[in-house]
Amino acid sequence: MKTLVLVEHDNAHLRDATLATVTAAAKLGEVHLLVAGKGCRAVAEAAAKIAGVAKVHLADDAAYEHQLAENVAPLVAGLMDAHDAFLAPATTTGKNVAPRVAALLDVMQVSDIISVEGERTFTRPIYAGNAIATVESSDAKLVITVRGTTFDKAAGEGGSASIEEVSGPGDAGLSTFVGLEAEASERPELTSAKVIVSGGRALKDAATFEQLIVPLADKLGAAVGASRAAVDAGYVPNDYQVGQTGKIVAPQVYIAIGISGAIQHLAGMKDSKTIIAINKDEDAPIFQVADIGLVGDLFQIVPELTEKL
Amino acid sequence: MKILVPVKRVIDYNVRPRVKADGSGVDLANVKMSMNPFDEIAVEEAIRLKEKGAASEIVAVSIGPAKAQETLRTALAMGADRAILVQTDDEVEPLTVAKILKAIVDEERPGIVLMGKQAIDDDCNQTGQMLAALWGRPQGTFASKVEVAGDTVSVTREVDGGLETVSLKLPAVVTTDLRLNEPRYASLPNIMKAKSKPLAAKTPADYGVETAPRLKVTRVVEPPVRQAGIKVGSVDELVAKLKALGVA
Repeated sequence: MKTLVLVEHDNAHLRDATLATVTAAAKLGEVHLLVAGKGCRAVAEAAAKIAGVAKVHLADDAAYEHQLAENVAPLVAGLMDAHDAFLAPATTTGKNVAPRVAALLDVMQVSDIISVEGERTFTRPIYAGNAIATVESSDAKLVITVRGTTFDKAAGEGGSASIEEVSGPGDAGLSTFVGLEAEASERPELTSAKVIVSGGRALKDAATFEQLIVPLADKLGAAVGASRAAVDAGYVPNDYQVGQTGKIVAPQVYIAIGISGAIQHLAGMKDSKTIIAINKDEDAPIFQVADIGLVGDLFQIVPELTEKL
Repeated sequence: MKILVPVKRVIDYNVRPRVKADGSGVDLANVKMSMNPFDEIAVEEAIRLKEKGAASEIVAVSIGPAKAQETLRTALAMGADRAILVQTDDEVEPLTVAKILKAIVDEERPGIVLMGKQAIDDDCNQTGQMLAALWGRPQGTFASKVEVAGDTVSVTREVDGGLETVSLKLPAVVTTDLRLNEPRYASLPNIMKAKSKPLAAKTPADYGVETAPRLKVTRVVEPPVRQAGIKVGSVDELVAKLKALGVA
């Protein structure tokens, strides 16, 4: 089987989410990559070095600069004559583009796979991870999004794939990119961080969140996350949210502070290697999944912990 | 401008789903069902657009069993003007739903189809994007802000790197994220009024769409259970544990 993987990038750097998707694709067959962007040859060159990649397709056109689904999906659909499966990371970019590709190909997409069981058989979480379904596709082509936390990352070095320039229909003329409001941060990115410190609604307000969570995260070189309640209450921006509808993370160590452990939050972090919970309510559901728990007042514990580290 | 709002009847978000012992699926017998929370946000947004004068009519549509009528009545009680029930007892996949919606869109000619980004049962996150593809129109997914201006709609999207804004030519599909709005509760008088609002009954065959699934679910199991660990009594013990883990 020939697979085509959508490379996640910002026109300059390849994002890690791509590597886990390459691992999933390699279980199905030969791995080809698609780098669609503008002025993104450096990304294609980095992609060509990923271990196990046979070919990189480079579509360099202003229409693809911001990964607009209206423009990228027809490009992918065109390349699918020569490929049997299309895989994208289950990031906001992949989730936006892949179903549009699937519909153009008249294929029912398999979303958010966590394992490859056979050529057409996969497992995926449903009901916020409260059940795992095994699904078998009967479509001629496969369209899949891949949950990054459950596949090992392919090595970023060691490959020497050829780069082939491709072109698609270009700008569909339906949508335009207006702007991106991004948090500038020196901290590691949530989905690839080894350690995450996450805060919940118990942090009271944005200022307290900043005063307590951020110094601890800095001490540990950790990324900062938050529960949906903390995001809804406006303590931190939306892209901090860990959970069913936010980011799915699986760091080495996840420290949940003042997070009770709602189902939808657990769905986003329960694959973490070690979970540490600090909460004043000893019956909080978070303790049912935590490897190490500390019951007490976070307003005393967190500053003391930050100081002693 | 007309707004079409597809809504799905799903397990209530407060109910913990139980996997059937025979591995055939999740037990939905005698379980509380409600409107998919993301779809509720879509209904609310459509009503706000109408209140602002950007929309003239809101049509709610649901594809599912006879009881999905209750979900449509909820949408009508919130403020939708009329409803269409496409009744089927089959499990319908996102691609099937998108095809039915495409046929409805051809009849109704809405300016915006406003819908949830995903349903909390199958967590697919596909239908809006698929409809946009079949319709050949733009998509503004994971919206946290929607502003109609002339023949375009500006959509601010919750993306991994922050907030992205795109401008889409109308007609367009918009899918909602959590922070777009807080849906209203229907008042009792409005619930009563909703009972007399028009609700058309259709079937997938009326739209010429086959419902046979492309994906076969062969097994549904409980996820591996994570065992609760230990409790430590002091910050010093926690520091020692963190050092042992090699992160401090």
